[in-house]
Amino acid sequence: MANVPMSVEELKQMAATIRCDIIEMICTAEAGHPGGSLSATDIVTALYFRLMRIDPENPRWPERDRFILSKGHACPVWYAALAERGFFDKSHLGTLRRLGSILQGHPDMNKVPGIDMTAGSLGQGLSAGIGMALAGKLQKKDYHVWVVVGDGESQEGAIWEAAMSAAKWKLDNITAILDRNNLQNDWHVDELMPIEPVADKWRAFGWHVVEIDGHDMDAIVPALEEARERTGGPTLILARTVKGKGVSYMENVCEWHGKAPCQEEADQALDEIRRCSCEQ
Amino acid sequence: MSNNQSPYHYVRPEVLPLLTGGKLFSEGAKAPTRASFAQTVIELGATNPDIVVLDADVSKSIGTNQFGVKFPERHFNFGIAEQNMFAAAAGMATTGLVPFACTYAVFASLRALDMVRNSIHYPNLNVKIAASHSGITPGPDGVTHQGQEDMTIMRAIANSTVIAPADPDTTVLAVRAAAAYEGPVYLSFTRDPVPQVFGPDYPFEIGKAVTVRDGTDVTIIAMRDLTAHALVAAAHLAETGIEARVIDCPTLKPLDEEIVLRAARETGAIVTAENNVYFGGLGSAVAELLVENNPIPMQRIGVRDTFAESGPYLDLLDKYGLSYGHIEKAAQDVIARK
Ligand SMILES: Cc1ncc(C[n+]2csc(CCOP(=O)(O)OP(=O)(O)O)c2C)c(N)n1
Ligand SMILES: [Mg+2]
Repeated sequence: MANVPMSVEELKQMAATIRCDIIEMICTAEAGHPGGSLSATDIVTALYFRLMRIDPENPRWPERDRFILSKGHACPVWYAALAERGFFDKSHLGTLRRLGSILQGHPDMNKVPGIDMTAGSLGQGLSAGIGMALAGKLQKKDYHVWVVVGDGESQEGAIWEAAMSAAKWKLDNITAILDRNNLQNDWHVDELMPIEPVADKWRAFGWHVVEIDGHDMDAIVPALEEARERTGGPTLILARTVKGKGVSYMENVCEWHGKAPCQEEADQALDEIRRCSCEQ
Repeated sequence: MSNNQSPYHYVRPEVLPLLTGGKLFSEGAKAPTRASFAQTVIELGATNPDIVVLDADVSKSIGTNQFGVKFPERHFNFGIAEQNMFAAAAGMATTGLVPFACTYAVFASLRALDMVRNSIHYPNLNVKIAASHSGITPGPDGVTHQGQEDMTIMRAIANSTVIAPADPDTTVLAVRAAAAYEGPVYLSFTRDPVPQVFGPDYPFEIGKAVTVRDGTDVTIIAMRDLTAHALVAAAHLAETGIEARVIDCPTLKPLDEEIVLRAARETGAIVTAENNVYFGGLGSAVAELLVENNPIPMQRIGVRDTFAESGPYLDLLDKYGLSYGHIEKAAQDVIARK
């Protein structure tokens, strides 16, 4: 089992391992969403192997930090992180989307140990996170709630209803991370339905905004640590990311939102990810 | 009908030999009905400049992105904002445009339901709601993407017309009819490929169900992707000496009451089959009619009171009790209760 909390170097290696898991899972399932899984990998890795107070032996530990992947379609990254962290056996990864599998096409909190919230219908996870944060305040628990939101997802009005409420209740126990990969299902976010100036929007809604390169582990870790420590209100980490990060033919290519690589493509992807992590 | 004539109507001749042994699903020509919808709305857009297509970031999956290629000024992709899209469709309809607002069934019938009810159906506006991924047809995506309640929900709304065509060719006819009809129409399509069952001579009319197989022992009334299963079930039943009438019911609302009551009179037992929860949809509509007019033995095939899960589409139909085998069994059971 992984030795946590990890150093930045170890986190980089773990991110590469998780990227490989993602490719293998989706290739075996012949369906799934590689692009948005790979863009969120470094953030999810930092959370699960450095930041979050969790116990794989006790997934529903009441004092635990919560994580919500509001863009639930990217669940392969979540499943891989949970498996690598020891929440369930890695052999499950090969059953993604199969009949009877615990690993549903979109995450189900009642099937998978460690999934804190069911997701898949976009625009709801941040609100669920606010519910958990309000409960934490009410019950005087000092857990932190982490929510990853998609940039296409932020076109949903509900995201902004949630944003407003977190500021109103000065929720400093929730951090949202915007996976700003500038792609959604149909096309580029900036052209399809622009969300810019997105940092200003979140600031106007009362959030403290921190912008980072969402693939630079040296930037991710301190940004998350600061967000956890900050008091007085919610933080949004605007993570600039690349959809399909780590696999050359997937990077910034819209088609890889929801398409599985064939075996040959997967082999090339695994090769690229492994080679890149060795060079680090 | 004399003995030497085929009991089947409008069924493609090449489909008939595939009806036994489940060959229809492995060997028959198949296509998802969402693709027929997209192709038809493009065809309609070419002759009717009032037709506009609204999308919510699943245009590539439905195929309506091609409408955008042909008629860019009449295609509006709202992004992941279904509620905005449906209320905007209502606004457009007030000006005389004919909006086709497209998304998945869960989001059309649930996420944006209040807009669909209060801004489209209450003012009775001419919006066509085009919903793909209906029933549990988007198998591997799992529950959040399976529109297993859309028939039930849409049927409950006043002023609604609810259409769920069985196969690719009848989808073309249904979409054309919906465009010609004045008022809100909910159109439901499959994500997964379904067998090409009917020929272009199928007499599609809103509010009319169609007898597609004659029979006097029992009637199977089916809709959307389960009509193909009903035909297979009937072919298997025929091998055991049971002649089942099969009615394809592409319009859930308004229900073709006349054809249902005639079937009740003439066959004395009814099975309904729908890829939708088994309450509030086709089974309920038929049961409500029968209980007040001719309460004969009846059985409903549909998703029981449960969510499904991820898995291949046909395997899910099997696991959740919706396949032709389940329909056969229901027919035998209901005949025994006559
Ligand atoms: C309410 C809702 N509408 C539509 C969808 C279908 N859908 C799944 S993923 C996706 C695009 C998501 O884009 P983004 O949030 O940017 O995610 P990422 O790029 O990180 O994959 C869409 C439209 C959905 N899951 N939920
Ligand atoms: Mg995105």
